[in-house]
Amino acid sequence: MEILKIEKISLNLEGRQILKDLSLSVEANTIHSILGANAAGKSSLAYVLMGCFDYISGRGRIYFMGEDITTYPLSKRAKMGLTLAWQEPARFEGLTVKDYIAVGMKKKEEVLIEESLRYVLLEPKDYLERVVDKTLSGGERKRIELAAVFAMKPKLAILDEPDSGIDILALDKIVNIIKELKKQGNTVLLITHRDEVSEVADKTSLMCSGFIVKEGKPKEVGKYFKEKCVPCPTRIFPAEEEKEKLEDQNARL
Amino acid sequence: MQGYKNMLDAYTQAGGTPEIFKDSNIAHLVVHKNKVIGSHLVKGLILEPQETANGVDIKLTVEKGIKIENPVHLCFGVLPKEGIQEINIKAKIEDGAEIKMLAHCVFPNAIKVVHKMSADIEVGNNAFFEYTEVHFHGSTGGAEVIAKAKMRVGKNSRLITNFSLLKGRVGILEIDYDSEIQDNSILEMTAKVYGYGDDKIKIRETGRLIGKSSRGLIKSRVAVKENAQSEVISEINATAPEARGHVDCIEVVQGNALARAIPIVNVTNEFAQVTHEAAIGRVDKKQIETLMARGLEQEEAIDLVIRGMLR
Repeated sequence: MEILKIEKISLNLEGRQILKDLSLSVEANTIHSILGANAAGKSSLAYVLMGCFDYISGRGRIYFMGEDITTYPLSKRAKMGLTLAWQEPARFEGLTVKDYIAVGMKKKEEVLIEESLRYVLLEPKDYLERVVDKTLSGGERKRIELAAVFAMKPKLAILDEPDSGIDILALDKIVNIIKELKKQGNTVLLITHRDEVSEVADKTSLMCSGFIVKEGKPKEVGKYFKEKCVPCPTRIFPAEEEKEKLEDQNARL
Repeated sequence: MQGYKNMLDAYTQAGGTPEIFKDSNIAHLVVHKNKVIGSHLVKGLILEPQETANGVDIKLTVEKGIKIENPVHLCFGVLPKEGIQEINIKAKIEDGAEIKMLAHCVFPNAIKVVHKMSADIEVGNNAFFEYTEVHFHGSTGGAEVIAKAKMRVGKNSRLITNFSLLKGRVGILEIDYDSEIQDNSILEMTAKVYGYGDDKIKIRETGRLIGKSSRGLIKSRVAVKENAQSEVISEINATAPEARGHVDCIEVVQGNALARAIPIVNVTNEFAQVTHEAAIGRVDKKQIETLMARGLEQEEAIDLVIRGMLR
């Protein structure tokens, strides 16, 4: 069953076209990865899906569980079961980890909050009363973000680069957390620039300069990404002719 | 007796725990308008309230070397819609003494209530004094609070003040705290206020680091919405060698509210250092989006961010 369907969405920001007629389909209870180099438009896609303030798609439609949510505000999408774990999560003065995780929970039971912390390998007694501010390291903050997503039990969790800023040794743990999310019945849209992390997915879409340029099995797409895309001259602010080449290439695909 | 019960009810609404008034190990003083309606002392604490025409003069002494184990609870209030209360405090924390005081100021029905507090506080050497003042005003915005304090801190001592007005309308608030800090002593002043309607907030906190290696932190967190106005002046003067100070002011503004932050940093000794940070603005967009992505409405998200900041 298709949980998310995107039909030809576009996004322009400050005169630059970030997403270009992008279409995508995500099956329920799967991990679907969006793989791509920096500045491919992956995070922008996440913000458009979530309905963030400045990320309103100019064209196209977004369907979530069969319902057209293109014009829905952020909180309405969240109430339907869509959420986003930010690549660099916000910090909050005075808000404890316990209170932060509880925000998205229907039943705000402490035992469930503790469970979500254990799930991201954080000891509840060490973290529940800590404040979600700059006293947490980047890695701790990211895990707490994942714990908050886990506790919310969304239907679709968009994880924007959960692996960035995490040391190589911790990558396996992050991958296990993503697998666990799926096991709990959630669908995961995983955004990453690491093909080895992308391999946790059931399906991968390769994104470049606002397009989906290839889709398929994670290993195959990862191989293509590694061999054909890196290093890629179009990564950052591609020149017009390079854009055109890419468009031609995309049309052929 | 009914007056005492009403004060305790208001005190409970302000977040206080009335059980402490029955605990013989905890000193307290309850003042309604100009009447002392309850008090209890513990060993080493001298508390002499004197009723005046419009309030109470209080002389407080913690004797040399005495450490008051539990916080001393004060409750000041005016329960009718109109009234005036003038509290004058003269406190002396003698050398080596330690005390924490928690004052609740309650004006739940204020239409035209004026509460003036003037304090003269002397903290000796090797001493510790923490004064926390929590206000609870009603929803009508009819309270006017004018609080002034002059504080002098000796050597190797610590002074902490916390002021918060987060429940009910502020009305008019004017705070002017001034402190003088001697060698190796530490000052921490924090004010947290949430204003709305047509509230007017003026906070001036000054730390004078006159002693060698003295330390000072002045921190303020103010949120204003609707037509409220706030002005926060945080000043640290460092005139002694190795004095270190920091001013940290954040104001959040919404709607038609107006906020001003004025950090003042004066350093007249080449071996002293004072830093400051001040920020005024709306609640960070990413914070709001993050909380909305968990299902909160925009207003709920803003409120949670502000409540956290003021916690």
